Amino acid sequence: MAQGKHGQPQGASRRDFLYIAAGGLGAVGAGAFAWPFIHQMNPSKDVLALSSIEVDISKITEGQTITVSWRGKPVFIRHRTKAEIDAARAVQLGELPDPQPDDARVRAKDRPQWLILVGVCTHLGCVPLNNQGEYGGWFCPCHGSHYDTSGRIRKGPAPANLEVPSYEFLGDNAVRIG
Amino acid sequence: MGIQTNNSIVKWIEYRLPVFSTLNHSLIDYPTPRNLNYWYNFGSLAGVCLVVQIITGIVLAMHYTPHASMAFDSTEHIMRDVNYGWLLRYIHANGASMFFLVVYIHIFRGLYYGSYKMPRELLWWLGIVILLLMMATAFMGYVLPWGQMSFWGATVITNLFSAIPLVGTPIVEWLWGGFAVGNATLSRFYSLHYLLPFVIVGLVMLHLLALHQHKSNNPLGIDIKGPQDTIPFHPYYTAKDLFGLGVFAIVFAGFVFFAPNYLGHPDNYIEANPLVTPAHIVPEWYLLPFYAILRSIPDKFLGVVAMFASIFVLFLLPWLDTSRVRSATFRPIYKQVFWLLLICCVALGWVGANPPEGIYLVVGRIATTFYFLFFLVLMPLIGWFERPRPLPESIGASVAKTGGGAPADAHAKPEGRV
Repeated sequence: MAQGKHGQPQGASRRDFLYIAAGGLGAVGAGAFAWPFIHQMNPSKDVLALSSIEVDISKITEGQTITVSWRGKPVFIRHRTKAEIDAARAVQLGELPDPQPDDARVRAKDRPQWLILVGVCTHLGCVPLNNQGEYGGWFCPCHGSHYDTSGRIRKGPAPANLEVPSYEFLGDNAVRIG
Repeated sequence: MGIQTNNSIVKWIEYRLPVFSTLNHSLIDYPTPRNLNYWYNFGSLAGVCLVVQIITGIVLAMHYTPHASMAFDSTEHIMRDVNYGWLLRYIHANGASMFFLVVYIHIFRGLYYGSYKMPRELLWWLGIVILLLMMATAFMGYVLPWGQMSFWGATVITNLFSAIPLVGTPIVEWLWGGFAVGNATLSRFYSLHYLLPFVIVGLVMLHLLALHQHKSNNPLGIDIKGPQDTIPFHPYYTAKDLFGLGVFAIVFAGFVFFAPNYLGHPDNYIEANPLVTPAHIVPEWYLLPFYAILRSIPDKFLGVVAMFASIFVLFLLPWLDTSRVRSATFRPIYKQVFWLLLICCVALGWVGANPPEGIYLVVGRIATTFYFLFFLVLMPLIGWFERPRPLPESIGASVAKTGGGAPADAHAKPEGRV
């Protein structure tokens, strides 16, 4: 046990305090110095500036799907047919690996024909093929995941449904994604 | 030299790979002269500068594009778009200046205390090679932003080699990869600018190996005669070096945050234009004295020779200095011409920053003459006729007399104090 200035024993000496104070301040300083070196690898301002896009959807006919690029990733915009919507709604939630009703997959409740999805398989990031697979939605060629007409995982190794990006309709003819 | 520990993991590793005893040997128990002053901080500061340059450089390389049509824009991208890109680039750019400042002080310290003399000649040589590589690296780094100063600095410096008789032009075209500085030049400079710092790291290792062979010189310039002359590196010089690092960091941060472009040149914020040379072109401050020597000689070939000779003469220093006494403290005449040399180098820097005409040319020529006179004439002569003052019998005795330094039992048991 450390001895105090006048010889009496103490639990913690001044030197202990100095060690901890200096070490603590040093750790804070090192962390502050390290942060710019870590943060520089995060998306830069020019990348963030491209984080939303506007898409003209007036030319997409019923049954057609287009793919647009948003933040470097494909986004599927599908103009669903009545049959596809009905098929998606007829499924029992209990059958789904990632249960989600179809109307939770469509952000505008009054436009159920528009299904907008991030076209990245939730398994390991490949782009699924349109109008393929056993459920009429998408099929991922990498490891065989099947998605239905609501973009929900039905069969295969993918753990989750295709992601729905944030978007809003700008009237009937355009949508802003992001 | 072994280390005492009860930690079984440390023991396991140590038995197979002696990292702990090596670190202990060179950073903790390492016996260091007990009389080192603050001028001896600049070696470790130079090491810190090298590490800072490498870390910031690697990070900048993640965002920079080494192509003639994109380099300038990617530099501005770093300044405006990349998170903390401005900070990283300003640290890197000013870090080069800080590195040279520290290294120049380090060199003049060695010059003052005779650190280049037997048995430290190779230690000194390695230092000069490091300096040459630093100059090459800094020059090529300055080219990368592809501004007007980058481009024309590259043109002028590479054209130095055109002074070589007969093969000058083929050599310069080989350096350029073309008939002028262009994209090929930029790409190879980028590659080499990335490579050379790691070569410097290797040379620093050798520099330290040579240093630890005969230990640091000291302000008295006399040899270590026994344990009473030394104190362990830790905690005495780790603490002293860290304190010096704190002071240095304040100066460094002062430039980075308050005058980040003070040491640069505004013309380098204009994109390189191969068709127009800026009205007044100068190298970075740390190369100005050599630039002044180049311009002091009215002949192209001899000017280039003089400029390179001004550095290569340093290799001969251990033999040009004929004095048996290392430290200028005990050399009344050498001490005075040493300060004249320092003034002369600063004057050369001032001359180099100004146009080569009138008073600048006169001062430049006087200083250039003195520079070579100092090394080639004064150093050998003074060693012969100077009568040095008597040397102290030992470092320990000298420290005890002045009452400074660590307590007498410091080396025996540094942990004994609470």
